[in-house]
Amino acid sequence: MSGLSHLRAPALLALEDGTCFEGLACGAPGEAHGEVVFNTSMAGYQEVITDPSYAGQIVTMTSPHIGNYGVNAADMESRGVFASGLVVRELSDVASNWRAEETLSAFLTRLGVVAIEGVDTRRLTRHIREMGALRAVVSTEDLDPASLVAKARQAPGLVGRDLVAEVAVRERFTWGGEMPPGCEVPVDTGVLPVTPRHRVVAFDSGIKYNILRRMAEAGCEVIVVPPTTSAAEALALEPDGLFFANGPGDPSAVTYLYETLRSLLGERPVFGICLGHQMLSLALGCATYKLKYGHRGGNQPVKNLLTGRVEITSQNHGFCVDFASIGPLVPELSGDLTHDVGDLGAWVRAGVAPVVRSERFGHVQLTHVNLNDMTVEGVRALDIPAYSVQYHPEAAPGPHDARYLFGSFVRLMDGADDVFAGGGES
Amino acid sequence: MPRRDDINKILIIGSGPIVIGQACEFDYSGAQACKVLREDGFEVVLVNSNPATIMTDPEFAHRTYVEPITVESVERVIAAERPDALLPTLGGQTGLNCAMALDAAGVLQRYGVELIGATREVIAKGEDRKLFREAMERIGLDTPRSAYAYAIADAEAFVAQVGWPVVIRPSFTMGGAGGGIAYNADELRAITANGIALSPVGEVLVEESVIGWKEYEMEVMRDVNDNAVIVCSIENFDAMGVHTGDSITVAPAQTLTDREYQVLRDASLAIMREIGVTTGGSNVQFAVNPADGRLVVIEMNPRVSRSSALASKATGFPIAKIAAKLAVGYTLDEIPNDITRVTPACFEPSIDYTVVKVPRWAFEKFPGTDTTLTTRMKSVGEVMAMGRTFAEALGKAMRSLENGRAGLGADGKDVFDEHHFDRYLAVPNEQRPYYIAEALRRGRDVAEIAELTGVDPWFLEQMRRMVEVEASIAGRPLAEITAPELRKAKQHGLSDVQVAHLTGALEGDVRRARLDLGVRATFKAVDTCAAEFAAGTPYYYKTYEEENEAVRTDRKKAMILGAGPNRIGQGIEFDYCCVHAAYALSEVGYETIMVNCNPETVSTDYDTSDKLYFEPLTFEDVMDIVDLERPDGVLVTFGGQTPLKLAHALEQAGVPILGTPPEAIDLAEDRRRFAGVLDRLGIAYPAAGTASTLEEAVEVAARIGYPLLVRPSYVLGGRGMVIAYNEEYLLRYVQQATEVSPDHPVLLDRFLEGAIEVDVDAVCDGETVYIGGVMEHIEEAGIHSGDSACCIPPFSLGDSTVGRIREHARALALELGVRGLMNVQFAVKDEAVYVLEVNPRASRTVPYVSKATGVALAKVAARVMAGQRLADMDLPPEDRELGRFCVKEAVMPFGRFPGTDSVLGPEMRSTGEVMGVAADFPSAYAKSQLAIDYSLPTEGTAFVSVCDRDKRAIVPVARHLHSLGFRIMSTRGTARLLKAAGVPVDEVRKVHEGRPNIVDAIVNGDVQLVINTPFGRETRSDGYHIRTAAVEHGVSNITTLAAAQASVQAIEAIQRGGLDVIALQDLGGDAS
Repeated sequence: MSGLSHLRAPALLALEDGTCFEGLACGAPGEAHGEVVFNTSMAGYQEVITDPSYAGQIVTMTSPHIGNYGVNAADMESRGVFASGLVVRELSDVASNWRAEETLSAFLTRLGVVAIEGVDTRRLTRHIREMGALRAVVSTEDLDPASLVAKARQAPGLVGRDLVAEVAVRERFTWGGEMPPGCEVPVDTGVLPVTPRHRVVAFDSGIKYNILRRMAEAGCEVIVVPPTTSAAEALALEPDGLFFANGPGDPSAVTYLYETLRSLLGERPVFGICLGHQMLSLALGCATYKLKYGHRGGNQPVKNLLTGRVEITSQNHGFCVDFASIGPLVPELSGDLTHDVGDLGAWVRAGVAPVVRSERFGHVQLTHVNLNDMTVEGVRALDIPAYSVQYHPEAAPGPHDARYLFGSFVRLMDGADDVFAGGGES
Repeated sequence: MPRRDDINKILIIGSGPIVIGQACEFDYSGAQACKVLREDGFEVVLVNSNPATIMTDPEFAHRTYVEPITVESVERVIAAERPDALLPTLGGQTGLNCAMALDAAGVLQRYGVELIGATREVIAKGEDRKLFREAMERIGLDTPRSAYAYAIADAEAFVAQVGWPVVIRPSFTMGGAGGGIAYNADELRAITANGIALSPVGEVLVEESVIGWKEYEMEVMRDVNDNAVIVCSIENFDAMGVHTGDSITVAPAQTLTDREYQVLRDASLAIMREIGVTTGGSNVQFAVNPADGRLVVIEMNPRVSRSSALASKATGFPIAKIAAKLAVGYTLDEIPNDITRVTPACFEPSIDYTVVKVPRWAFEKFPGTDTTLTTRMKSVGEVMAMGRTFAEALGKAMRSLENGRAGLGADGKDVFDEHHFDRYLAVPNEQRPYYIAEALRRGRDVAEIAELTGVDPWFLEQMRRMVEVEASIAGRPLAEITAPELRKAKQHGLSDVQVAHLTGALEGDVRRARLDLGVRATFKAVDTCAAEFAAGTPYYYKTYEEENEAVRTDRKKAMILGAGPNRIGQGIEFDYCCVHAAYALSEVGYETIMVNCNPETVSTDYDTSDKLYFEPLTFEDVMDIVDLERPDGVLVTFGGQTPLKLAHALEQAGVPILGTPPEAIDLAEDRRRFAGVLDRLGIAYPAAGTASTLEEAVEVAARIGYPLLVRPSYVLGGRGMVIAYNEEYLLRYVQQATEVSPDHPVLLDRFLEGAIEVDVDAVCDGETVYIGGVMEHIEEAGIHSGDSACCIPPFSLGDSTVGRIREHARALALELGVRGLMNVQFAVKDEAVYVLEVNPRASRTVPYVSKATGVALAKVAARVMAGQRLADMDLPPEDRELGRFCVKEAVMPFGRFPGTDSVLGPEMRSTGEVMGVAADFPSAYAKSQLAIDYSLPTEGTAFVSVCDRDKRAIVPVARHLHSLGFRIMSTRGTARLLKAAGVPVDEVRKVHEGRPNIVDAIVNGDVQLVINTPFGRETRSDGYHIRTAAVEHGVSNITTLAAAQASVQAIEAIQRGGLDVIALQDLGGDAS
């Protein structure tokens, strides 16, 4: 519950399974639906809600105090808020930080984002953990539980849904240059290269600004193109490398994007993050599946099987790739071991990065594994220049342990062999 | 990388006695390390002079040496045990310094002992401010501008460059000892001189002030593969300028954006790598300018620390345990997370609650000392509280302090100094949180208070909400308060007692109303992962939310109430007893439930008991747990006064109390009724009386006669206790004492001057009594038993006297109906045995007795409380020959409180204790003295000056010192006496006799030993100046005749050089 000094209107959160949470409105008035998920990052709420990958999702922050340091223009991860709603235990009325420009509540209200506070967010998180991600509606208008639960049941889910088209840009732009209509000029572009070493074409599926900042700092000129850009159009921009970004929704629904990617494999070096990783994996012939409640937070341990080092990573994904579905194991490239390809724990314990053979693109190696649940976090093709990670090396929010992956992309474009050298240095 | 197989035997050095700046957090860390290394098949050798620790329980290590932590003594241990490796990072600054000294002395090389966890170079780089600064420059991190000073002139020259104020930090001292902030030239000279004197290398760092900046701490771990994680971030409520041990601290950090937090994280990891900490935990401190975010590194500790203990308790991530595993070769990803059991320890905990630590001070014990909080730590303990929000956690922490307050004010006990109100806001002090709350109540602006205090507006806004919630119910009848209002009050940390005060009701009414309205406590788990994974370890805190996670089991259960924050009079000894109770009850099949709020302790380690509730020890908080768990019995007699004072209320609420019934405890506390018991048993006691007015006191005094021992009733640690030699003093005292304890009368006892004091710890099961130990005090009666040295077995009492003491103890235990532990204090004067006091509960001496005799008395007592009979326990005969002497000595904190007289008296002021074990009494006493910082000199000049009462007895002492080669120096009176007795003596001037005088001699380092016994309590006398000078200059300072006699024997023993080390495992006796 909030303090008494400000009178906040009641609000209600209803889940499709009938569970309801009462609270108070702390954002814009209205009603929003989406899949309710939780994020365990203790700081970085602004980056979370402005990450386009959260489109279609109502985000619960597990940290009880949210809004303490307000919001500021430099920490925006995109042109606006993409999470469809926000659920917190307590939203701060004051913004206490030398960079604060606005309170979170004012920001949410200004951008029309529905938010609810005073919720037992731990109960909600445990509920999601046990039941899996659920469809939900948060409302300041309809406070009747039965009615709101009914709405939650009618809300569209994420499976089979292409949300990329909704969040991506419709016009091409160069990072650091003029932004397309509807996009404000970012306050912070990172350090732009004076003389770029490489030109990268980044397919926007909801790209986070910090990916662009990191690319720029690695010496790249980045041209962001809409996801529907064809392979020929992309190649016409004469890129040294192709980047596939993070984004919302079900990867298997974004058929056009991974088909474009497939047609570009071998043409130019490819790097993918999050949805981009799923695009690369799908292009390589791999299946994806939905995790029960996903990985969302800034403390996920990922082992780099090539260096043996563990990176603490920032993650935000509900879907995952099934490495074993790419093709059969190649024992002679897998330390002569014959473990089950799908038993990632066995490979982690053996300290070996297994290699499988895909039908069309040759050898594919498993490079990164999540140590919490032994799921796939990174793959690379050995016979063509392409790699991707499921997590967020650009962080924002989260640790910088995996920042080296941007350097790896530059090395890949340089034609170096040891693209993962320096892995784990933060 | 897996476990190292090239090492087998590991030496761990503990942190020694509890002192300010180094408390039982190192017992928690060390005990964890011993346990985990032992489980992993390593042979563990432990050195720690502190017998009150769990880590020195004989089953924690293979070889346990309760010996002084000195190079000489540890070298003997190394020679005897030949360990392969030394793990120096778990014993605080003491352990680290000793390891460095052993290395510097060539001992480690000589015996081929490898330093693991931190190498010599790492320790030097982390601890030496100059090397540290250079290291920070190399990695591009900013530090405050600073310069080294080896003389006052150096400091003055630096100030000319950077301006006032400056912070002064002596190199290589613990808890910031000797440091301070200088705002003017006088302070600069005083602090610099003192700091140079205290620094073992005669060096201080004078630093640009970052006072008022925000302070953050990061707890970092790194393994041999260079995997590194941040376990916890901590934000200080108090701005820079207050030692972090004296600051209210909050976890996780609350007012940093992720971008700024990650800058701190990157810097912390870079520092770990640059300093070269390859395995283990470190603490890094930063200051951030709130105006522009400029970041400077303050310091790092390449070892486990008080903050790492706090971080472990705050997150559930056991830093010390993991550090020990990393030191022997494991990597973070190979170690499972104990709490989730399915995920690895290689991650960063995410917490979905707020943790607040509040320090506990004891300034009332040290009149005359400056109570301003500075860069030098002064607190003696701390509490931690968890709530979902900061407000809730702060409220809980404020009622956990055991200072008579029920929260952040609004409890009927608010008293403010109106004339200096703003000074209490602006100058950091113990009372400041109450002043902030009051300022907010009076409607003062958050921005204004932030400006005055340097406290972040976010914290102040939370406090403003707390007082706003207070105001919303204040002055309204309880019946009118609705369920949502009550829930809101609880969510903002208000206690039932505060609600009762605000609504003019009784605490019980509030509880009933609350439960009737359905405003019930819920318990949430501490799980390291914000509920992302299911937790396997039941570690809970209370909050007011929708869902409760704590589940009652069907097992038979016992609830143990802990001792709360460490303070003088109630320290680690009581936590030791609680931990033993948990172990013993678990062994006999109980589910054990621990309740405590002290983050430094072993009792609040999640694997000490079956369930842990990290909660304040108030009636409200305990009852909320009782309502959920419905225990078969609650133990109130192990945690000292804290749980004991709840006994009645719990019993009245129908809670089953295990062991001695509260009624028996009352009987022993009620002087009139207890006198009846003693009369009935035919046991002598000093004449006594009670007075509730001044007139009565005079009347009683006239009847009993002087000298008198005078004290308020119901006190712990001799608070407010004095010896009155005349009526004038008595009257002055009684006038003051009425403020100490207004509800209780003043007690007057005949003081048995010159009597020998004896303590007995015993266990009774209702049929038989087992005397655990008879302790003969070194200092005579009149000095608080907690402050005097004592010896097991008695070294001067005759068998018949000891026999009578045993019989009296036995009779008393049976007569009072004790079921469990009992402590009796006796005085022996002219062969007559008097009973001074009986406490039917665990005493401060239980751990010492257990270590000395090999019988774990607290466990025996817990088994008795669980229904077992002493006769069935196969205990060794209580009067057996031990074949050794074990001396316990108290450790005094006078060095921390300049201006306080170091004379011992009936009010306890020691913070901790050490034990010396040897075949003869002088050697055991010598060890006990060597184990304390101010070691005994073996040559030089002894200054001897005693009161008239001691004149005759001092002659043989002086003669003995002379024969040991000491030069004797005395002021006129004593000098005349010694000359007459034929002892060569040099005369020196008293302070008021002009210069140069005795104080000059002490300051100039011409005196190595001071023996100065006062008569009564003089203030600002010659003796005061002499003792104060001795304390400030680290000169051994003896204030009683008995201690002087024992010390001279000890010096002789040291000169003989025969202080062999002895392992507890070789002493025999059933220690577990």
